[in-house]
Amino acid sequence: MVDVVGVMDILKDQFWFSAGLAAALIGVIMTVVAYCIYFERKISAWIQDRVGPNRVGPLGLLQPLADGAKFIFKEDSIPANVDKPLFLIAPTVAFILGMIGFVVLPWGGSVDLDGDGVVDVVAQVADPGIGLLYLLGVGSLGVYGVVLGGWASNNKYAVFAAMRSTAQMLSYEIPMGLCIFIVVVCVGSLRLEDIVLSQVGEGHVWNIVLHPVAFFILLVTIFAETNRTPFDLAEAEQELVGGYHTEYGALKFGMFFLGEYAHMITGSAFITVLFLGGWHLPWVPGLQPEDVSVGAMFMKMGVMGLKIVAFLFLFMWVRWTLPRFRFDQLMRLSWKGLLPMCMILAGYAVYLVYVGLDRDVYWALGGNIVLVLSVLVFNVLHRPLVSGRQANMPAIGGRQPA
Amino acid sequence: MGGRAKVPSGVVMIRDEDIIVVDEPDLSAAERLYLPQILGGMRTTFRHMFKKKITVQYPEQKRTLRVENYRGVHRLNRDEKGRVACVSCFMCETACPAHCIHIVSGESPWEDREKYPIQFDIDELRCIYCGMCEEACPVDAIELTPEYHLVGLTREEMIFDKEKLLQVFDRTCEEKPRKNPRITGYAGTGDRPALPPSGGGH
Repeated sequence: MVDVVGVMDILKDQFWFSAGLAAALIGVIMTVVAYCIYFERKISAWIQDRVGPNRVGPLGLLQPLADGAKFIFKEDSIPANVDKPLFLIAPTVAFILGMIGFVVLPWGGSVDLDGDGVVDVVAQVADPGIGLLYLLGVGSLGVYGVVLGGWASNNKYAVFAAMRSTAQMLSYEIPMGLCIFIVVVCVGSLRLEDIVLSQVGEGHVWNIVLHPVAFFILLVTIFAETNRTPFDLAEAEQELVGGYHTEYGALKFGMFFLGEYAHMITGSAFITVLFLGGWHLPWVPGLQPEDVSVGAMFMKMGVMGLKIVAFLFLFMWVRWTLPRFRFDQLMRLSWKGLLPMCMILAGYAVYLVYVGLDRDVYWALGGNIVLVLSVLVFNVLHRPLVSGRQANMPAIGGRQPA
Repeated sequence: MGGRAKVPSGVVMIRDEDIIVVDEPDLSAAERLYLPQILGGMRTTFRHMFKKKITVQYPEQKRTLRVENYRGVHRLNRDEKGRVACVSCFMCETACPAHCIHIVSGESPWEDREKYPIQFDIDELRCIYCGMCEEACPVDAIELTPEYHLVGLTREEMIFDKEKLLQVFDRTCEEKPRKNPRITGYAGTGDRPALPPSGGGH
């Protein structure tokens, strides 16, 4: 018999609770990542009117296990002219950076484990005051795996991919940072739990209602950060063979793969916490900050998980819909599109905070709507200087198409 | 335009008037915003997620083939008496663009024809399944069948000899009956009547 009271007593210590949660998270996240790959294949199949993997186990549900076994038993070759230490470190870096983002995410708010009305622990592995900065840093470091892999491979295509990825990351980090800045200015804290709490309760709404444009821009930049289509220029197989993982095989390739999906989950959780209220659903009892029972904790974790899954579905849906951006389109979208909009939004958010209207839905929303409308008007009036072939180039001669 | 290198005489260049300049079409304001187009695309893919799947689950389900003209494994037809219908004329071997047919002919033991194949090998790995042999055969003895699951463990195994090709006939004659069973042999010799001038069969 397990001594339930004894276990509870141990778990009431935040350190042991965090340790248990971290252990559980590793298992859950690894499983989710494996099934992400399964659903990626399923969704791509459904979108293309196919059936998808259905041979291994019922409905193909054991496919991730088969894939994993395949990765383990494949020959793990190291090409002759690679930079060996970096070559070995790169997939590990990609994988670890994908995994360690989870520790600061608020999964279930505060918990009262023994029901005596006193909050014992926070359902979070670590609760630093700078959780948001930590997430941002880990997310940006994600490109390290790509760059190291590309550089160490001693392969021009891999280096191209790494360079593209770096440029892309730099360009999209700035709008992303500004979107986060808007939230931070309005909330006044970098603690992720504070950001969630600022969106719940009486008279508070989710940040997506206040700043829909910022939410949308953050979503786009997260697509870019995670190297997902339409921003997957780092693994453009038509141009770059396999991109940065051209020279990788077996488990090392698998770790890149897992890292990418883990990164997606972190990104989804990130945007959920910032704009969609984290574990909160309005008007649902049990999901409010004052519900601190163990049951409520699991419900909150479930809600958080569901929101993440919804984002993962969106990621896959978009991937199998959109073609890849051309590099100039990629750069133009960030520097000439998202960045100016973000700067205007950030300035407006600062102004709202200054005049004390940052929690006022009408003012915040109104600003967003005005911004979107002015972008539309600008877009109609403004002809881009460059669209494909430059207009001021001399004609090649010959006749124009009829 | 300027600075084009002098083209040596005799070298054919693309003439200027043959070049058609195709510019990218100008994007409309909505297209430049990307979003309406993206949402349209996502609507399309979402609808496809619930559409009927077109996958054929191969080993359990099979596609219905057009038996008459599907070009699968070859067979050597038998005539009514169960003998090989081939008269060893080498027309198929000559017509074969892949050189995968090899015939050794011998004097026929039957009186309605002069020759018959002692050996008749087709290298199924060399064959390109063009059907020229079938076209060339004057007695419709060689035919391609709807059988396509062709597997073997060695290259030698995939060289089909006369016996194997006759077995293919035995396997497939139900599904695809022999096209023109009457034109085996020579008209007027042996025990069968002359063919009508039009040459039509049943």
